[in-house]
Amino acid sequence: MYNADEFVQELLTVGVSHIVSVPDSTLGEWYPAMQQSDELSLIQVCREGEAWAVAAGLHVGGASPVVLIQCTGLFESGDALRNAIHDYGLPLFGIIGYRSYLNQSSLPGDTARIFTEPILDAWQLNTQLIDTPEKKPLLAEHYRTCRTNGHAGIALIAEGRA
Amino acid sequence: MDLLSVLRTLHDVRTDEVLLTSMGNGREWQQFEPHPLDFVHVPSSMGQTQSWGLGIAIAQPSRRVVACCGDGSLLMNLGSLVTIANVAPANFTLLVFDNGVYEVTGGQSTPASNIDQLIGQQIGFARLAEECGFRHTERITTLDEWQRRAETLLKSVGPVCAVLEVAPQTKDYSVRSPGRPKERVREFAATLQESG
Repeated sequence: MYNADEFVQELLTVGVSHIVSVPDSTLGEWYPAMQQSDELSLIQVCREGEAWAVAAGLHVGGASPVVLIQCTGLFESGDALRNAIHDYGLPLFGIIGYRSYLNQSSLPGDTARIFTEPILDAWQLNTQLIDTPEKKPLLAEHYRTCRTNGHAGIALIAEGRA
Repeated sequence: MDLLSVLRTLHDVRTDEVLLTSMGNGREWQQFEPHPLDFVHVPSSMGQTQSWGLGIAIAQPSRRVVACCGDGSLLMNLGSLVTIANVAPANFTLLVFDNGVYEVTGGQSTPASNIDQLIGQQIGFARLAEECGFRHTERITTLDEWQRRAETLLKSVGPVCAVLEVAPQTKDYSVRSPGRPKERVREFAATLQESG
């Protein structure tokens, strides 16, 4: 969907300061570009629940973080995001890789796609699916809208492989 | 050590540090006069208080951040030791209150204390933190020692991890609400950002 430079540029354009992340095979390809940027800080965490909590602290401290994880990590991290976004009302923004969405034959029997959108709905997260190149500008647009309204939000990025 | 006595010492030596508490230590911390840079992380997602603290330490590098958690909470997010060591914030102190039980749910033993009983090997959280790459780690078992070391542990170049051996509380052990979370976090963030 995005190449690394394009993705980093999108984040810089909207004013992101920190990316809190666990990689997958798509998101990980963007790491070198994120690490090379002078204006973005990549914070790697060991498990996705940590990502929402670190982002919460960053936000409270005045930074502008995004959480960058795969949808399977979203499943793992539910309670941490519930606490930060719903208990405390923090307008955190997540960019979630949608595993195998564009190539569902790559992992036969994988159930990640079945549960991703229902779980985002269950957590009452305002989600923008980006599944075609034409929708790429919606990442920045959705981020800005969420920031303006003080709401949490998710950009769900279709991935082509596991 | 008695948890309240340990916290009283922390309260006495604390000056302008950001201080996050949770679970049992958050319950007892509310007995003291509140400070504008206190944040009682209740309700919490168990095990995430030190990660909130890490985020604040990164965003506010000129402030000292002290995050308090229990041993059960640390077990729930053990990878946070690695994450913290990898970021290596010089302004961060982690205080682990090790009582061997899940206190706020009634004192059930943790898997770590079960290992101690099974094979007589204590899980050394301070050693774990050291192996992960914390700059300074200590295990403290007496109040005298804590009273001597507390100020230094709040000022030393971090990341610092001090594990404080405390007795579990068997009465009034439930979590205590410090009030509405959305309002409290807004006020805390405003204080941090106004004076940071």
